[in-house]
Amino acid sequence: MEVFFQQLVNGLSLGGIYALIALGYTMVYGIIELINFAHGDVYTLGTFFTLAVLTALGVSGELHGLPLIGVILLAVIVSMLLCGIVGVLIERLAYRRLRNAPRLAPLITAIGMSFILENVMQLWKGPSPVPLPDFFPNPALDVGGVSISAKSILVICLALVMMVSLQLFISKTKIGKAMRATAQDRDAAQLMGININTTIAMTFLIGSALAGAAGFVSGVYYGTTWFFNGFEAGLKAFTAAVLGGIGNIPGAMLGGFVIGLVEAIATQYIPGGQQWSNVIVFSVLVLVLIFRPAGLLGEALPEKV
Amino acid sequence: MSATVRRRLPYLALLLLPLIPFVDRNNSHVDFLANAGAFVLLALGLNIVVGFAGLLDLGYAAFFAIGSYSYAMLASQQFGIHIPFWIMLLVAPCIAALFGVLLGAPTLRLRGDYLAIVTLGFGEIVPQTFLNLSQYTNGPNGISSLDQPSLFGHSFGFSATPYYEVMLVLIAIGVWFASNLQNSRLGRAWMAIREDELAARHMGINTTTAKLAAFALGASFSGLAGVAYAAKLDLVSPDQFQFNVSVLVLSMLVLGGMGNIWGVIVGSLVLSFLNSFLLPQSTNLAHQIGLTGVDFTNYRFMLYGIILVAMMLFRPEGLIPSRQRKAEFHEALDDPALEAQEQSEYTSGAA
Repeated sequence: MEVFFQQLVNGLSLGGIYALIALGYTMVYGIIELINFAHGDVYTLGTFFTLAVLTALGVSGELHGLPLIGVILLAVIVSMLLCGIVGVLIERLAYRRLRNAPRLAPLITAIGMSFILENVMQLWKGPSPVPLPDFFPNPALDVGGVSISAKSILVICLALVMMVSLQLFISKTKIGKAMRATAQDRDAAQLMGININTTIAMTFLIGSALAGAAGFVSGVYYGTTWFFNGFEAGLKAFTAAVLGGIGNIPGAMLGGFVIGLVEAIATQYIPGGQQWSNVIVFSVLVLVLIFRPAGLLGEALPEKV
Repeated sequence: MSATVRRRLPYLALLLLPLIPFVDRNNSHVDFLANAGAFVLLALGLNIVVGFAGLLDLGYAAFFAIGSYSYAMLASQQFGIHIPFWIMLLVAPCIAALFGVLLGAPTLRLRGDYLAIVTLGFGEIVPQTFLNLSQYTNGPNGISSLDQPSLFGHSFGFSATPYYEVMLVLIAIGVWFASNLQNSRLGRAWMAIREDELAARHMGINTTTAKLAAFALGASFSGLAGVAYAAKLDLVSPDQFQFNVSVLVLSMLVLGGMGNIWGVIVGSLVLSFLNSFLLPQSTNLAHQIGLTGVDFTNYRFMLYGIILVAMMLFRPEGLIPSRQRKAEFHEALDDPALEAQEQSEYTSGAA
């Protein structure tokens, strides 16, 4: 039983990272109905930005107290900001011109952007996995034989804080309202005086910033990354977004945690589960799409014609 | 001589293609052409799915893997089964098509972008399955020393020439098949679905069957390519069929012109040439003039990415466009409403 609860904790930490990435997918899909394939790579970029900050600050060993908090804040803010900017640039460069083109066109540029980003990261940090300095003290809380590490708590808390603030931002602020309006009906929103381009750029900014935050926690949690990391994580996060109901923010969170749990439990209990974890996650995706395409929390909407 | 005959005369030059190995005795050139031929076949097959039917398949390499592995498992020492190459050329496309149907049946009801991600997932699952089932596939080492094809008692050996000739025949059949498909009732149904699925359905087209047919027929081409490629390489391993192969074939389509058979062939030849000759050669050149640090082959994926983005932005119909597809892409891009919007954006930016 302890093993089960241990996997539960691991799954939730894994799921926290997927959830943060899934938020970006779901926001972008909600507003322009595009699968932003480059999003997973923006997440990897976030880890690399975190690494760059740590290197610039000369962090090499474990930190405590104020320096620790300072480094965390700086790394999170810098990687969120830079990832946000990258996201906006991607939208401006590759998607905006194709907003009214056949659906195939922006999907293809999205794949292209993903390849470009991966290659840039490969040229920047090389093709092999890159370690990050392990600066985060990791005392484990022992709850009846189940160890909950400080890193797990960091991942889960950050994911929850981000989701709550995003939800508040979207439901309470004026820009959030503009986003919801644009998602509902772009033309009508424009007639109401909403600047569509700014609103969509804002969506990319926030979504990619969340991927940056995910990149930061993943760097802290795993202590390593490589240029191709975002491909698989992106696919799983997208699965999470679909599972939760695409376009739905709490749904993306829920989906992320569910996918993380499924992966952790499968790894533990299915023989050779580690090798098959991708196969299992994608099977979940296919099953959800067939039996409940609106997702767990999404409402079934008629297709926009 | 009628006008039609005269217009078709240039195609007679194609009859000279089989003679290339006898003129150019450089085996590495012929080897390159034989490999490029496999990719032409792949591009022709993906063109049916993406170009004709307008379904974005991002896991096309999976069918290539299935074709290659079926040859490797049914014509080698692996299980002691030795089905002749020529029979496998008929069997493997059927196996690949079967998997096309298996993947397509549950997923083709999905909208285009969901389909893209499901096929992407499928493209991940298949090589991983071959990797994990190591008791059957030798895992990461793959299956080697496959049966050499032989014709009238002569084994193909390790020369690239017979494989090149086989590729030419397969491509000729593929082109014939694809162009007939395009003009068939099914081909017109695909075009209708691509332009407006809802309208097509209301015109009485069974869209699910038509899309399934596109998936199966497209997959069968890669089964064919897989057999020929595996036999030529004498080896299959899971890392030959990663996501970048699917994207490479997609880039060939986008570059050449989705939906146009000749465009697709040109696109795949150009990219194969870039990959196998231009990038390594320019790297050599750079090394000779003292730039030892550069390796242009590392930029390969960047190049695919740039091709995909730049073509979609500036010439979505490809280098050699299909007339209908060009119209479809430009109908949307030249939308006056969008232009007005861009205009107002520039003016407000200036203010």
